[in-house]
Amino acid sequence: MSETTATAAPAAAPATGGGGGLNNEIRYLTPISIETTKEKYCRFKKMGITYIDYKDADFLLRFVNEQGKILPRRLTGTSLKFQKKVSQAVKRSRHLALMPYVADMMK
Amino acid sequence: MTNRYETVFILTPVLSEDQTKEAVTKFKDLLKKGSGKIRHEESWGMRKLAYPIQKKSSGFYHLIEFESDPAFIDKLETEYRRDERIIRFLTVAMDKHHVSFAERRRDRKAATADGEAPAAKPARAPRKKKEETPNA
Repeated sequence: MSETTATAAPAAAPATGGGGGLNNEIRYLTPISIETTKEKYCRFKKMGITYIDYKDADFLLRFVNEQGKILPRRLTGTSLKFQKKVSQAVKRSRHLALMPYVADMMK
Repeated sequence: MTNRYETVFILTPVLSEDQTKEAVTKFKDLLKKGSGKIRHEESWGMRKLAYPIQKKSSGFYHLIEFESDPAFIDKLETEYRRDERIIRFLTVAMDKHHVSFAERRRDRKAATADGEAPAAKPARAPRKKKEETPNA
């Protein structure tokens, strides 16, 4: 019994060690849960919105961080076509003092 | 050739009610004279500004939607700049999406004014939500 295990262990060790040269492979008892990010989508395309109103400051607040900066596309998932319209609308809204240029704790 | 435009201007809050009315009518007359056709008009009244302009923290907003010759816009904007009562203005050319949006917005507003909207609006909103769910 003890002999078989003894022989099996050295046999297994060179096999794994020989593969990578170093036996650095970390093994987990439970498979690591890889965070699957939710698929982003363009809400304008999905909802069929064609025009973004600069007069509706409450709506535009969603595309702006708490300092009043326009959020990037990579965070909101907006398509390029509508990101341009969003930024245009936010800028118009700022000009008319419906939204601040700079702020803190906007939300 | 005429285009659709939308213009918003902010009047200083120091004016009396009559003075603001007079200023608004002045620009409306200017529009009528200068080949403009007023399609819609909206007064938002006194509003707080998001940031101070000329050391004023509030302003009287007025919106006019009109049709006019593109050359007229320059004249209108110089008139805005000359007028001391106007602290901020914005004129935007409307594309077809903007026009249809403005019309829908007007219908919605008219409906809310009649008091029928509370019934009409909830009916509209769930429909949109239903469209959402199958996609998600």
